[in-house]
Amino acid sequence: MTRRVTRRLVDLLVVFLGVTLIIYLMVFALPGDPIAALGGDRPLAPNVVAELRERYHLDEPVLQQYLRYLGGLLQGDLGTTFQGQSVADRMALRWPVTITLALTAWGIEVLLGVLLGLVAGLRAGAVSDRLVLAGTVVATSIPVFVLAVSAQLWLGVELAWFPVAGTSAGWPTAYLLPAAVIAVFGLASVARLMRGSVVDTLRTDFVRTLRAKGLRERQVVGVHVLRSSSIPVLTFLAIDLGYLLGGTVVVEGVFNLPGVGQLLFQAIRAHEGPTIVGVSTALILVFLVTNLLVDLLASVLDPRIRHE
Amino acid sequence: MSEPLPAAPAAAGSTAASAAAAAPATAPAVARRGVWRTLRRRALFWVSAAVLAVLGLVALVPSAFAGWFGHPDPRACDLASSAQPPGGGHVLGTDVQGCDVWANVVFGTRASLTVGLLCTAVALAVALVVGTLAGYYGGWLDRVVARLTDVFLGFPFLLGAVVVLTSVGSRSAVSVALVLALFSWPTMARLVRGSVRTVRDAPYVEAARAMGLPDRRIIARYVLPNALGPVLAVATIMVGSVIVAESTLTFLGLGLNAPSISWGLQLSSAQSYFQTSPHMLVAPATVLTVTVLAMITLGDVLRDVLDPRGRS
Repeated sequence: MTRRVTRRLVDLLVVFLGVTLIIYLMVFALPGDPIAALGGDRPLAPNVVAELRERYHLDEPVLQQYLRYLGGLLQGDLGTTFQGQSVADRMALRWPVTITLALTAWGIEVLLGVLLGLVAGLRAGAVSDRLVLAGTVVATSIPVFVLAVSAQLWLGVELAWFPVAGTSAGWPTAYLLPAAVIAVFGLASVARLMRGSVVDTLRTDFVRTLRAKGLRERQVVGVHVLRSSSIPVLTFLAIDLGYLLGGTVVVEGVFNLPGVGQLLFQAIRAHEGPTIVGVSTALILVFLVTNLLVDLLASVLDPRIRHE
Repeated sequence: MSEPLPAAPAAAGSTAASAAAAAPATAPAVARRGVWRTLRRRALFWVSAAVLAVLGLVALVPSAFAGWFGHPDPRACDLASSAQPPGGGHVLGTDVQGCDVWANVVFGTRASLTVGLLCTAVALAVALVVGTLAGYYGGWLDRVVARLTDVFLGFPFLLGAVVVLTSVGSRSAVSVALVLALFSWPTMARLVRGSVRTVRDAPYVEAARAMGLPDRRIIARYVLPNALGPVLAVATIMVGSVIVAESTLTFLGLGLNAPSISWGLQLSSAQSYFQTSPHMLVAPATVLTVTVLAMITLGDVLRDVLDPRGRS
């Protein structure tokens, strides 16, 4: 187990270095001059430009800037916006909104996805199964922003079942609709994966043994089949958290939720390199760490992975 | 679809003299006929293929379709008739600038399909080369490729594209496609690597090696055709998801820019007026969804037929 954890940590480190380096190189290959953009139409005085370039270390070689950035990152410093605010501080107040949104979406995904997958898998080939399968294909085909805008128009404006935008209504009212919108895509995959997994598990010898022992069907399905078939789903759910976080950019923009995704959304529009890098890095970091945690959790649940 | 195994006939033509090559040559042919026979019995295959054929035609010659309802030019806009609901020659109404929505949807097809197909083609080519080399030769190359795919899969797709596209100054269908390809090749490369590894030590490949065939020929003739089926199915699905990604990025303000005509741009400008004139949103959203649906369905059917492992 310890060896496995160490190996995963080393993997994580390599990926983290690669990811941050790529981001950094990409953003700082920007053709536009961020300092010149700061002055708008009026050119800045040369001494101001020099001052700013020195303060933000823009004259150093890119690799050195990257190492400086990385060093700061390890101390929790995600950079400074051009307005002089710390990116981490700007994000701090926004995290609760995004985490609430992502977790609500995750909850919807897990509950509905597992349920639908179980229903479809237990009666493979039946009408309910076909309906679930068709539904998942349609659900994966609708772009998140199309769904967000349609849901906002139909359920928010016309039927007025949910608040149209903002978080003033509090949890869960304000979060349900945006979370459901983000969840739809992953929900479809969870349902499909779960269905396949259940179908496979039902065919295994141990399920036959359980039934032969006279275990009640509810116990066979509810305990053993569920646990055994949830492992691939669990792995998927970890990866999906990253997509949920990516999805928050669009949905927080459309529904005007003051979360981290909205900050990234606004930074993109304002071409604020440092903020984009900071927020993306934070989101990607969260993604990587979640992957690690769930991978370890999976090895706790599945002895085969532990002893591989 | 008969393209799953294009490498086989090409390779057979180059050195037909080898007697050994003649015997396995019939095997892929039989497999291909089997695939086609299964495929043509699927109603979903025909439906999605028909939808995509129509869309392909629209993308190739948009001017033949745009004029159906009397307003052929997507850029002939009349501000006086801004945001008109459907009717009066504009079947789908007009947008904020007073341009015909139908003509814009028709002309927007090309942008979406170009990005989807170009991105997937590039990613597929990279994935086939990288995945085959890594899977066939193994060793340090395999380890480097594994780390590299790890790094690229460490980006949630959308976030990665956001970061890279911010730094791309002038964005066109080609540059957007290339950026998206940067983040889509690893999934397919892993798939190819896996398929290649499973046959690398298969007896028939060892036989080919024992006969002294060069690696290039072994890969092209015996290894690659085996890996091609599953990855082609995934690539078809990927076209759909790339189209979604493009429109989402355009919606965020990072995809295509204003003088281009695309569904994403239509949607992004319509979004601000969705309360007063939802009709501007409905048409591009529907066409986009149908396109992606057709792509994903086709990919699903193909995967079902081409990749027996995934069959339930």
